[in-house]
Amino acid sequence: MTATAQGIYFDNNATTMVAPEVVEAMLPYFSEQFGNPSSIHQFGNRVGQAIKQARVQVQTLLGAEHDSEIVFTSCGTESDSTAILSALKVQPERREIITTAVEHPAVLALCEQLEKDGYTVHYLPVDGRGRLDLDAYGRLLSERVAIVSVMWANNETGTLFPVERMAEMARAAGVLFHTDAVQAVGKVPIDLKHTAIDMLSLSGHKLHAPKGIGVLYLRRNTRFRPLLRGGHQERGRRAGTENSAAIIALGQACAMALDHMEHEQTAVRALRDRLEQGLLAAVPNCFVTGDPDARLPNTANIAFEYIEGEAILLLLNKLGIAASSGSACTSGSLEPSHVMRAMGIPYTAAHGTIRFSLSRYNSAEEVERVIEVVPPIVAQLRKLSPYWGVDGPVEEPEKAFAPAYA
Amino acid sequence: MWEYSEKVQEHFFSPRNAGAVKEANATGEVGSLSCGDALRLTLKVDPATETILDAGFQTFGCGSAIASSSALTEIIKGLTLDQALKVSNQDIADYLDGLPPEKMHCSVMGREALQAAVANYRGEVWTDDHEEGAMVCKCFAVDAKLIENTIRANGLNTVEEVVNYTKAGGGCSACHEGVEEILTRVLSEAGKSFAPTAGTTPLPVQAGRPRLTTVERIRRIEAVLDSVRPTLQRDHGDVELVDVDGRQVYVKMRGACAGCQMAAVTLEGIQEQMIEALGEFVRVIPAEARPHTQEPDRACA
Repeated sequence: MTATAQGIYFDNNATTMVAPEVVEAMLPYFSEQFGNPSSIHQFGNRVGQAIKQARVQVQTLLGAEHDSEIVFTSCGTESDSTAILSALKVQPERREIITTAVEHPAVLALCEQLEKDGYTVHYLPVDGRGRLDLDAYGRLLSERVAIVSVMWANNETGTLFPVERMAEMARAAGVLFHTDAVQAVGKVPIDLKHTAIDMLSLSGHKLHAPKGIGVLYLRRNTRFRPLLRGGHQERGRRAGTENSAAIIALGQACAMALDHMEHEQTAVRALRDRLEQGLLAAVPNCFVTGDPDARLPNTANIAFEYIEGEAILLLLNKLGIAASSGSACTSGSLEPSHVMRAMGIPYTAAHGTIRFSLSRYNSAEEVERVIEVVPPIVAQLRKLSPYWGVDGPVEEPEKAFAPAYA
Repeated sequence: MWEYSEKVQEHFFSPRNAGAVKEANATGEVGSLSCGDALRLTLKVDPATETILDAGFQTFGCGSAIASSSALTEIIKGLTLDQALKVSNQDIADYLDGLPPEKMHCSVMGREALQAAVANYRGEVWTDDHEEGAMVCKCFAVDAKLIENTIRANGLNTVEEVVNYTKAGGGCSACHEGVEEILTRVLSEAGKSFAPTAGTTPLPVQAGRPRLTTVERIRRIEAVLDSVRPTLQRDHGDVELVDVDGRQVYVKMRGACAGCQMAAVTLEGIQEQMIEALGEFVRVIPAEARPHTQEPDRACA
């Protein structure tokens, strides 16, 4: 069965299809190898061996020095919370956190809550292409900072942050460094043993493993306090009976991601580039958001001016094409994407941003199909737009249409 | 994705009256700050009768904004201006077989565009008197601004009062944290602090032994069970109240307690405590011995 048979799935930064090989690897661990890995008997022991192998597979993909640095959790969000809250707990005298204005809500919402609890959070701003000012970052590092948490790759634009350099700066200042790498793992090569990164979060369902499994990478000798206490699982760093089947699935997915890393960097990148160039050539008044010079190979985020993203998605969905949008109306919060706002994208464009995120399961035919159907969809919606004239934006759109806002 | 009604989808995929009306003599342009949507409504009004001969819309917005605009133009065509002004945002939502709570503001935008267009036709200046905030209660579509204003206007102090005045938080209760935050903020402006337990009535402790109401009896029975529960849980068991029928109190032993040889002894002990707490004789009986057992199907952990 091809992906096309069920429609065209270009929303892989939201979640990915579980690879068939991954499903195959995990299935025995439901009804055949169902033992508790902590048990002494053979039912448990075999599962324990399989988890051990999965841990090494994750370690290999991350380039971690020791397999004991891999802590299985339930998701990326849990890993993020564990990392940040642990850093605060082990250094109660440090009351500041450094993060960025464009983090995932898994980090942002936690930081906002910590502000209410009295912590000071520095949100590093980004420029129009979503890039950080490292000098400004350097000036914020001090012995008052408990942890720096900066995403490796942005989920909306795919923009890569120089986390390796930032981690070195943090280490030089004696500050712990955590990175939310859920979008980067499996798409860009990572070699943690040669970095100064202390903690890293990853999420299985972003790399063709199932939902409900995550990892916290915890560098050996990093001071740590668990989020969940209880049994001795994960060496006491994350209590709770192991999600064996999902852990084994994640191991398999990591091994496959490593095998396909070259493909991701070349073939998937070529598909993304073709999609982007095709759309930019066919649709007037649209542009790429984020930093084209430092981006995930699979992500294209395009702002279609003067129309709204949800309307585009509904029309794409009717044709069986799945993507996502930074528009307010798709977020459930009615706030336009904080990432687009942080980059200063005008709202007539921010609302019309569409993210196409590809995977190794996408094909050139799918890309051509999307290039073919998007231009008429955009034209159809622009016909309805008060900012759009006969075949271009009205003159001085902001002045020609100036509604009374409530 | 939102759950849109068939009617919303239909009006979105095939909008009616899209585009500006030719020879329009009334224009209304409004936007919703909360989501950045904006709408221009153009009308052709018969000056003699003030009847709306034609209506057209241009919308920068999501699926429901486009559908609301389309519905609005369909509703008002043929009405007089005075009739049209009576169209409420709920009428627009009803016409579309309802909108998701977060999207009700799209219908509000439609009604406001209409008011602005009529004001424009009559040479008046339309001012918007309604404010919008972030959606807090999704069950009843109540936003932060409304909750804030209601707290101020009525001097509210508790979540319970906010529920009674605005309905916010009266459904699933997931937004109570948000409501508490608003209360904390608004009360602190007035130099007051928010006390989560203020206004809630504690269970009365009665000294004498007047007749207990059914609710009071059940509360006391539950309290006894709650007091023995930690002991049972230490042994990996539990107990649950199933029914109270006159003097018979039916309980279900759970976990390790179920089938335990000591269960009868345990029940005796519980019965003694209950008699003490209720001031009347009751019998504590295993639920299995209850006539017409309708046991709730619940697995024990």
